Amino acid sequence: MSNAIHLHYEVSGEDFTRAGEASGLVKKTLKKLGYNSDAIRRVAIAMYEAEINMVIHAEGGYCDVDIYPDRVEILLADKGPGIPDVEKAMQEGYSTAPDNVRTLGFGAGMGLPNIKKYTDDMRIETTLGVGTNVYLTVVVNA
Amino acid sequence: MNVKEFAERLDLKVLVEGDTEREITGCYIGDLLSWVMGRAPEDSAWLTVMGNINSIAVATLADVSCIVLVENAALDENARAKAEMHEVNILLSKENSYHLAVKLHELLS
Repeated sequence: MSNAIHLHYEVSGEDFTRAGEASGLVKKTLKKLGYNSDAIRRVAIAMYEAEINMVIHAEGGYCDVDIYPDRVEILLADKGPGIPDVEKAMQEGYSTAPDNVRTLGFGAGMGLPNIKKYTDDMRIETTLGVGTNVYLTVVVNA
Repeated sequence: MNVKEFAERLDLKVLVEGDTEREITGCYIGDLLSWVMGRAPEDSAWLTVMGNINSIAVATLADVSCIVLVENAALDENARAKAEMHEVNILLSKENSYHLAVKLHELLS
């Protein structure tokens, strides 16, 4: 579609300080464009969880966001270790995050399940030792 | 009731002043950020002990009216800075979540 708005963000893997910046900016953009608050919220939550995942597991990466009138498509790509067992990772409560992450309020194994819950389509491509691409689509209901 | 009135009536200390005219329509309690982010209703007062920088991102994304750090939980300096930048209201209470929520409920009903 020619009228997509394309956004690109680098996600820093250094610490948690900057996690949430990309999702915050996308949220602002969608608000400005007049998208409904339910869609905005779902996009923002899914993106933030994915950003946090990249910080915890993959030392950062990037995300590409394409905003269409009827949907928002997001690609989150990292060059992390990959996910050995995607099915397990999708289970609520399953986590491989280190303990220090838990003291910050994350690492409860809710990330991927939350992303799935808030998006209309979710696809994970992962290769051990190479990285992970997560493709998300949020359909915008008028 | 807005955030300013809430703070005044329940004697809460304002740690970061964002838009204190913002209305509060409910309350949510939780410390697990992924959980809170997915479930806290918009425009609610979020009661938590999590005063780190990620809490500010969660408050912004979930669009709550304010964060209330209960039981005098600490606010990290970098969290304070980020809250100021994003104009997130942060209040401090010496009470626990339950007691504060009960009082908030009385004010809202």
